[in-house]
Amino acid sequence: MSHPALKPPLGTRLRSELFGSPGNSALTLVLLAALGSAAFGLLHWGLVQARWAVVRANSTLFAVGRYPLDQQWRLWLLTALLAAAAGLAWGLLRSHPRRDRGGELWPRNDRIAVVLLAATALAVPWWLRLEPLIQARWWGITALLLLVRWAAGHWGQRLPARLLALLPLLWPLLYLVGMLLINGGVGLLPVPPGDWGGLLLTLIAASFAILLCFPLGVLLALGRRSDLPLLRWGSVLYIEFIRGAPLITLLFLGQNMIGFLLPGGLAPDRVWRAAWVLTFFAAAYLAEAVRAGLVAIPPGQLEAARSLGLTVPQALRTVVLPQALRVALPTMVGQFISLLQDTTMLSLVGLMELMGTARTVMANPAYLGRNAEVYLTLAVLFWCCCAALGLGSRALERRLDPNPAS
Amino acid sequence: MGEPFSGPLPWWRDRRVLPWLMQGAVALVVLLLIAFLLGNLVRNLSAAGMLLSFRWLQQPAGFDVSETLLPFDAGLPYWRALVAGLVNTLRAVLVGLVGATALGTLVGLASFSSNALLRGLARAYVELIRNIPLLLQLVFWYFVVFLALPNGEAALQLPGVVLAKSGLFLAWFGEGLRWSGPTLVEGVWQAPLRLTVEFSALVTGLVVYTGAFISEVVRGGITAVPKGQWEAAASLGLGPLVTLRRIVLPQALRVIVPGLNTQYISLAKNSALAVAVGYTDLYSVAETTLNQTGRAVEVILILLGAYLVIDLAISALMGWFNRLVRIRER
Repeated sequence: MSHPALKPPLGTRLRSELFGSPGNSALTLVLLAALGSAAFGLLHWGLVQARWAVVRANSTLFAVGRYPLDQQWRLWLLTALLAAAAGLAWGLLRSHPRRDRGGELWPRNDRIAVVLLAATALAVPWWLRLEPLIQARWWGITALLLLVRWAAGHWGQRLPARLLALLPLLWPLLYLVGMLLINGGVGLLPVPPGDWGGLLLTLIAASFAILLCFPLGVLLALGRRSDLPLLRWGSVLYIEFIRGAPLITLLFLGQNMIGFLLPGGLAPDRVWRAAWVLTFFAAAYLAEAVRAGLVAIPPGQLEAARSLGLTVPQALRTVVLPQALRVALPTMVGQFISLLQDTTMLSLVGLMELMGTARTVMANPAYLGRNAEVYLTLAVLFWCCCAALGLGSRALERRLDPNPAS
Repeated sequence: MGEPFSGPLPWWRDRRVLPWLMQGAVALVVLLLIAFLLGNLVRNLSAAGMLLSFRWLQQPAGFDVSETLLPFDAGLPYWRALVAGLVNTLRAVLVGLVGATALGTLVGLASFSSNALLRGLARAYVELIRNIPLLLQLVFWYFVVFLALPNGEAALQLPGVVLAKSGLFLAWFGEGLRWSGPTLVEGVWQAPLRLTVEFSALVTGLVVYTGAFISEVVRGGITAVPKGQWEAAASLGLGPLVTLRRIVLPQALRVIVPGLNTQYISLAKNSALAVAVGYTDLYSVAETTLNQTGRAVEVILILLGAYLVIDLAISALMGWFNRLVRIRER
């Protein structure tokens, strides 16, 4: 990095970069004109021509599909729980500065995030023209998140360390509670997976696959690097078979062949078939990411751990894997992002996640020809989710970096 | 810890036996699982009266495959339909590969431009495309862009190219090998080469999507060449374009070609999403075939085998290309 004082001021730099030579100036002007006309066209379309009723009238369908109306309080409860947990994790992250430089309680990025969250909570429900009561619920949930964030940030350091050590268990626990709330049973009215839809189904499928593909992928990666030929060749065969096939053919296989492969009646529901296929698919790709991480760790690490008296599983768990996973983190998050995007393919085997819901909505004659509005909304939604995941991954990378740059 | 050592180790703690014991256990579990699944498969299939057989491939398909290179009609057997679908897949993949490589290279080079706006645009394109699912992009191109095109006089017209709702019309060698462009005959466009909007939407979507990833591969490859190479070339008096072509690219290709291989294979696999835009590729034909015959196992075996062969062919081709561009050190 060059010294800041040596850099010319931004205005000078921009002028020389954009209008440094006649050719450069011409290029800049052409690009500016094209950008301007594109932006004007998009704005004009979005504000004047587009009919957003297709999104507004179907916002519940896009959010949860055909989830029974009188049971939707369970989803609100789950959203509130998730918001509280997210606020807790975020606050504790700041109140226990480990390698975060500065260790401020409210660094600039957090202040930006708060403003963005509040603006989203106010603007999106208003734009969707949700009922006032439901708009208020979104404000409440956002306020809860920020409140817990504030409280955890201020009083997080007083929590006993033993309690903090239990914190990672919160997420799997929350996942189980969430699935229980969504699925029903144990006193709650069961809601079959066929009634889940929209964003709810997208998130269930993606989170299920992300959670389960991780252990599977690590095992496959270790198997591929193993000295034992049977394990190695088994892992190689599995990984290459999965990676050689398009996901859509595997989903197709899942829907059409699982019924033949299991004894009658044991085959899971269509939704779970697809979720398992996603899991097995993602595990093969994750295994390759973890393998790249394992390759990056010098063999001396394992040898040193072994010579200290650790057994091979102990050495892998406490010495090799933590380092390898840190190296593999960016690739793994990339895989998770593409997994989230791949859930759209569930619509091609007839499931009602976001894309499938979009198809049914547009089959309604009242909304004929409103493709652009629906697809653009979905694109913005996916873009925001994926970009946020990418940003989070880069922040985590910096936090886990043992040798920070500055 | 534990008992003091006395006597020889028991055989199950022997370092020579232990690995084989473990592998045997894993293999046993996997074999049992496979036997269980296959047993169920055979039992369920024979209960349905559909034991593995490929004789049905000879029966007439009874459905039509649109826009085939080989002549096809509904009376021809299933295997001809599958071949027609495969040819359609290969056609889309080949055009897609060329287009995505061109676009990716251009955008990758643009990210090194001296113009800040162009660099920003290249960056924005990559960030926009990578964070939106391909399927969404494909249906966007098809339903929002290509199906909204006007027909007849109002169609988009460029020299030698006409883009209308009825298809993409290109100038090509017509009857008697005479070069001729698209013409409007009684309100209907005609040209020696007509591509359907389905094909155009699929290829556009694949090119734009894969192009973003290829541009990152190209950018990574060029970044991997040390800066001193540029400076040394400049000090020898070479211009930036010559430096790029003769000094930087040959070295960058070592990094670029393996990355391209991955992207090409993923493009070939992604082409199976053609079914979403109504292009009858291999997957779409296989889906129809399965619905008509109920031959799930055979159809899926054919499908997986075909894509595996395509992947291997691309890998072999890129391996050959990699050897071709390898720097021969003296």
